[in-house]
Amino acid sequence: MSMSADAAARTVEGLSGQSIVQQIKVSRIDFVISVPDITTSEGLLRPLAKLSQPRLIRVCKEDEGVAICAGLSYTGKRGLLLIQQTGLLDSINAVRGVAVEYKLPICMMVGLLEKEVGVRPRESQRYGVRIVEPILEAMGIAYHEIEEQADVAKIGPAIEGCFENSKPVVILIGQRPK
Amino acid sequence: MIDRKKALAAIARQVGDGDIVLPVYSTAFDWIDIRPNPLNYLSHGAMGLASSHALGLALGRPDKRVIVLDGDGSLLMNLGTLVTTAEAAPKNLFHFVCENGTYEANGGHPIPGRGVVSFAGMARSAGCKSVHEFSDLKIFEQQVGAILSEQGPVFVCLKIVSSGEQERDYSRLHGPHVREAFRQALGSA
Repeated sequence: MSMSADAAARTVEGLSGQSIVQQIKVSRIDFVISVPDITTSEGLLRPLAKLSQPRLIRVCKEDEGVAICAGLSYTGKRGLLLIQQTGLLDSINAVRGVAVEYKLPICMMVGLLEKEVGVRPRESQRYGVRIVEPILEAMGIAYHEIEEQADVAKIGPAIEGCFENSKPVVILIGQRPK
Repeated sequence: MIDRKKALAAIARQVGDGDIVLPVYSTAFDWIDIRPNPLNYLSHGAMGLASSHALGLALGRPDKRVIVLDGDGSLLMNLGTLVTTAEAAPKNLFHFVCENGTYEANGGHPIPGRGVVSFAGMARSAGCKSVHEFSDLKIFEQQVGAILSEQGPVFVCLKIVSSGEQERDYSRLHGPHVREAFRQALGSA
């Protein structure tokens, strides 16, 4: 990279966790399946854990969550997998087989650990952040960047499209929601 | 040790038309001949995840009995499922593991911990309240009906031996027609 991430950063508005929770609720998500992620821990997972609907299912490993969402999809229930990009990377084979090859609506909300605020993921100084979008593109998986408050409106349509079209989607959370 | 086909036949005698069954790898090829039914969920894809698919099905359809016929090698790839399932506590989930100590579908190599690992012990330690283990067919045949009437989650380890050579046509497990048949059957069940 010729430009440092600091230089590339733009000033962005913070994210409201409650507004993301609201998008999840209006999208008729029945279950949130999660391994804690530091980006979304306080602003998203903690408020979601206080709700009875959607029900939170805590899993030991993210690929379990991919399969749980798959099973739910056949029953007409909607699952949302809330994880960190390290867990997404660890689950690539499950995503490949279950989500992509079986064409199932696996909806993933992924916190980007250590991504710099205001920096596009693919321009991050962090290797583990920079590779996420190219990997998703190689796998043919749709993704959406949620970096500032104006982006939150993209979440509902992204979830709806996932279930309407029975295709996986990844919603990338670029900074810690408050 | 129990002949796998005989163990599966004993389970099949207790399984109703409306039950969902997820058989894994070698067990799947035996099972689909013993109990051909569109509510067999066969496309569980990635390694060791059948019991996690089953948890999703059990949570989404609490009115249905969901029965996993797992393998020991498969379970070793996804041991966290025991903890997750115990915590989620679906009353309708029954997790059988056929323990033969090998990765039978991948050349018959021994699993790590063969003969030492206690799958029933791990299930108990994970928080599963109802755990059973069988190495005798007659005793299993006597008890399997009652086990499938228990409140889940239930874990059962079956010490088995393979029933012999199989013709493994994986399109019978992973073909898109299999998933569509399941979807249609569950939608109307």
